[in-house]
Amino acid sequence: MTQLALVIDLNVCVGCHACVTSCKEWNTSGSAGALSDDNPYGKDPTGTFFNRVQTYEVGQFPKTETVHFPKSCLHCEDPPCVPVCPTGASYKRKEDGIVLVDYDKCIGCRYCSWACPYGAREIDEHQKVMKKCTLCVDRLYDENLPEEERKPACVMACPTSARIYGDVHDPDSEVSVAIREQGGYQLMPEWGTKPSNHYLPRRKNHVSYKRDELERVDNPLKKEDYQVDASEPSLDDVTSW
Amino acid sequence: MQPAFSVIFLTTLIGMGQGLFLALYTGQVYFVLNVVDKTSTDIFYSIGSAVSLALLVLGLVASIFHLGRPERAWRAASMWRTSWLSREVIVLPTVMGLIFLYGLVHFMGWNLTVMTIGAVVIDLSLLIGLLATIAVFSLFIATGMIYACLKFLQEWHSPLTVINYILLGSVSGFTLATLIAAYKQPELIPFFAGWSIVLLILAFIFRGASLIRNKRLRPKSTVQTAIGIRHNQIKQKSMGFMGGSVNTRDFFHGKTAFFLRSIKTIFIIMVFAIPLTMLIMALIKPSVVVLAIATASMYVGLLAERWYFFAEGNHPQNIYYQAIA
Ligand code: SF4
Ligand code: SF4
Repeated sequence: MTQLALVIDLNVCVGCHACVTSCKEWNTSGSAGALSDDNPYGKDPTGTFFNRVQTYEVGQFPKTETVHFPKSCLHCEDPPCVPVCPTGASYKRKEDGIVLVDYDKCIGCRYCSWACPYGAREIDEHQKVMKKCTLCVDRLYDENLPEEERKPACVMACPTSARIYGDVHDPDSEVSVAIREQGGYQLMPEWGTKPSNHYLPRRKNHVSYKRDELERVDNPLKKEDYQVDASEPSLDDVTSW
Repeated sequence: MQPAFSVIFLTTLIGMGQGLFLALYTGQVYFVLNVVDKTSTDIFYSIGSAVSLALLVLGLVASIFHLGRPERAWRAASMWRTSWLSREVIVLPTVMGLIFLYGLVHFMGWNLTVMTIGAVVIDLSLLIGLLATIAVFSLFIATGMIYACLKFLQEWHSPLTVINYILLGSVSGFTLATLIAAYKQPELIPFFAGWSIVLLILAFIFRGASLIRNKRLRPKSTVQTAIGIRHNQIKQKSMGFMGGSVNTRDFFHGKTAFFLRSIKTIFIIMVFAIPLTMLIMALIKPSVVVLAIATASMYVGLLAERWYFFAEGNHPQNIYYQAIA
C-alpha cells in the first residue's frame, strides 16, 4: 500500500507563501481549467486556493513565538469527505491514497466541504464544482517531466525545504523517517480521520548537564593529587588559536 | 454554519408534506379500525394527497437551487451505500410516487379489497398508504441523518436531530391536515387537532432537549488540536488572506449572539405557542381562520427554526479562520 503525503516542518517554515503562489499557478493552468480568482487586485478579492499559509502567535509577549502554518487537504486515510458524497465524485485512490474530486461528476452540493473538519475544500464559484489539493497528481506521474520534478509544485517552490513529499506507508521513506524521528504529528486527531499529511513541531536543541559532568571523574591527574589551577591558561587556551 | 435558504425551504416543505400524508393515513387507519366512528370521503384524501405532493415538489424545486450543477443531479442516486444525501435523493421521488398513487386510488374511488381480517376490510389504498408511510419515515431519517452523521458538527451529531425532523415535520403536517379538514370535512377537526396538540407537545419536549443539549456542549476541537501546538495561549494572526473565501462565507452565519437568541425566541413562539393556542381554540370552536393562522404561524416559525438549526452548527474549520492580516 502506498500513501503519498506531505510532511510540513513548522520548524523551518518562514511563512513566505511561495507554496501558495506556486500551487495556484500550477493548478490554474492545468487541464481542469482555471481556478476562480475574482477581483485579485480590487476590493474584496476572493478565489479558490488549495493551500493557505496561516500565522499564529504562541505565548504572551515577550515570550512569544510566531508559527507559520501551511494548510491544505491532508489526504486523510479515513477521509470523512468521501463517503458522504452522493455522486461518487469524491474518491480516494487505491493505488496511492490521494483524495480527489472528479470535476465531471461533481454536482456542487458542498456536502463534502461540510464533512471536512479542516476546511480543506473550496468550491469553485465559476465552475460550480468542489476543488481541493490534488497533491499535483498531474505532475507525479508525468513522464515528460524530469524525474526530480515529479513532485508537488509547493514542494518544488519551498525555499527552506519545509515541505517533504513521499510515501508515509514506506517505513524507510524520507517522510516516514522524519515523522518518526522528529516528532511528526497529525491535525485534530480527535475525529479519527487519520490525516496522511503530518507536521513536524518546533524544535530547539537544549544540552542539559550537571556541574560534575564537566570534570572527568577518572582524570589521571587526580591520582597524583595534582590540582589544576583554573586561573592559569591551559594548553588548550594557548594553542587553540 | 451559514444557513442556506434552499435547504431551509427544502427541509421544511418536504417535512410538512410528509407530515400531511402521515396525518391522512393515520386518519384512514383509525376509521377503518373504527376507532373513530366518522366516515370519510375519498375526496378529502385526494385533496390532502395533492397538497402533500405539491409541498414535496416545491421542496424538490428549492433543493435544485442548492446545487451548483443541477443538470447532473441524477448522479446523486449512485452512492446510496455510503451517503445519506444519496439515500434522500432516492427516497424522495419514491415518496412522491407512492403519495401520488395513494391520492389517485382515492380520487378514482378504487375500493379494491385486498383482504379482510374479521370485520376489517383492507383495501388497496390502505396497502399503498402503508408503503408510503414506510417511505415517508425513511425520508425523515435520511434527511435527519444527513446532518446527524457529521460527527464533528457536535450540535447536529445526535439522535435528537432525526427525532426533531420527524416530529416537527409531522406536527406541521397534522396542523395543515386540520386546516384542510376545516374546509372539507369539519367533523374530522377534533381528531386531527387532537393529534396535532399531542405531537406539538412531543416536538416541544424534544426540540427543547436539543436546545439544552447544545447549550452545554464543549467543542472537542480547539486551536491547540487544530494546529497541534501544546500551549494555552495561541492567537491566530493571519488566516492567510485579506479578502473572503468560501471558508469565511459558508461556515459561519455572521450574525450577533443577540440575533440568534431572537430567532430562537421567535421560533419557539411561532412553532409552539401560537399554534397550540389556535389548535385549542379550534377544538372549542372550529374555525378555518383560526386554523389558517395556526398553520401559517407554524410554517413561518419552522423557517426560523431551521435557520437556527443551521446557524447553531459550529464547524471546527472556523478555528482556522479567525483573524485577517
Ligand atoms: S483534509 Fe478534508 S478534504 Fe482532505 S481528505 Fe481529509 S477530510 Fe477530506
Ligand atoms: S460537492 Fe461534489 S464532490 Fe462534494 S459531495 Fe457534492 S457532489 Fe460530491
